[in-house]
Amino acid sequence: MNAPHTWRQQAQRYLLEGVQCTACDHRMFPPRAVCTECGAASMRPHRFCGGGEVYSYSFVYHPPAGHEEFAPYPVALVRLDEGPLVAAQLTDVATDDVAIGLRVEMVTRRVREDSADGVIVYGYKFRPAIPPARR
Amino acid sequence: MPSHLMRPVREVGIAGYGAYVPRYRLPASEVGRMWEGSEAALPIREKSVAGLDEDVVTMSIEAGRNAVRRAGIDPSQIGAVWVGSESHPYAVKPTGTIVAEALGVSEYTLAADWQFACKAGTEALQAAIALTGSGMAEYALAIGMDIAQARPGDALEYTAGAGGAAIIMGPAEESIAILEGSVSFVTDTPDFWRRQHERYPQHGSRFTGEPAYFRHVAQAASDVFEALGTSADDYAHVVLHQPNQKFPSRAAAELGFRPEQVARGLLSNDIGNTYAGATMLGLTAILDQAKPGERVLAVSFGSGAGSDAFSFRVTDRVRERQYAAVTTRQYIERRVPIDYATYTRYRRQLAE
Repeated sequence: MNAPHTWRQQAQRYLLEGVQCTACDHRMFPPRAVCTECGAASMRPHRFCGGGEVYSYSFVYHPPAGHEEFAPYPVALVRLDEGPLVAAQLTDVATDDVAIGLRVEMVTRRVREDSADGVIVYGYKFRPAIPPARR
Repeated sequence: MPSHLMRPVREVGIAGYGAYVPRYRLPASEVGRMWEGSEAALPIREKSVAGLDEDVVTMSIEAGRNAVRRAGIDPSQIGAVWVGSESHPYAVKPTGTIVAEALGVSEYTLAADWQFACKAGTEALQAAIALTGSGMAEYALAIGMDIAQARPGDALEYTAGAGGAAIIMGPAEESIAILEGSVSFVTDTPDFWRRQHERYPQHGSRFTGEPAYFRHVAQAASDVFEALGTSADDYAHVVLHQPNQKFPSRAAAELGFRPEQVARGLLSNDIGNTYAGATMLGLTAILDQAKPGERVLAVSFGSGAGSDAFSFRVTDRVRERQYAAVTTRQYIERRVPIDYATYTRYRRQLAE
């Protein structure tokens, strides 16, 4: 993966920026040109709040290139609070705590680096949500 | 004698603040077990350790997001994103631009990295005060964040921790804590350094104490007292740079502070020395529980060497903002102890 390719995806990687259909308000992530709900082709950017829950998960023991040092690590389909399913790594979580229905929140972490002298790619992962502070 | 106190033309204060501490903890007893046996004298209980996918960029982003939440502002109004650290992930390429973009700050912003050992964060804070105090920007974000480096077996390995805080300076009328004034005091004192391309820093052992830490902290703090006509009794809380438990406790006592004024902002026993993050992180722990009207003194120390001292007065707005984001104590309590072997993996110290 080269630097320009990841650079073009920065809004979605850093800010969880997807799109909302201007015709039917359906929200999509990653961004799409045509609405998967009504077929309209008019979108505006929409930043997702980052909250969601684990819809399903697995563990990666034989990672693809660039991810070796993190293995083994959990990956999940996360159902965002606004609807879409996002595939992402889970982080800051013990193996035994990964479960369907786990409340998670988006964090920005190191996703990969191709070499010690290359660009570091940052992006979204999800971790168990830290509950709001109480007085 | 003329006052050394600095005050901006326009009154400013802390509009928002946010902390971040990674979840892993290395007990000091683990370092002792490895290098000195069970009889080792431990300078702290445990230190924070970053996970494999964390660095100063990711940690700054999380602290920055917490600060934006507490400020309750549109991040596009921020006119500077400045990150002070001695562990930026790139030697050349600013941390500040990555953090700015991840926070949704406008492209028309200042962004840069600051370097001054453990004082880099408060140096950025001084600049943020100047930028907002002159009216050049409505809000400016200063971050102090580090994943501190220590050679295996060095005395620093007990304490070199990970974490830091983000502070958004803004107009006084919107502030959680109004700045009363600040002092910066620096000298050429070679107590701690790291040369280009070296992986670990060197230090002057006991030389880091008297002529370095104690002299600069005491001078900057006393200059603030003298200029504002205050003394230790006028402050509800004080936070000093905290390389361990002993230094800040002794320096605070010498300035006239009682242990209960020091306790809330003294975090080194729980998370170690977070370097550029330490003073600012202690300040966030104080602000999390501060009451309107309280005065807070914050004094950093960076090797090389210098101190920034700040006097703040907490406003009525503090209560509505304190719980708008994860508190410093919540991060500290989210702890997962690890052993020395796991630590060497997380610090990428395993040989190929």
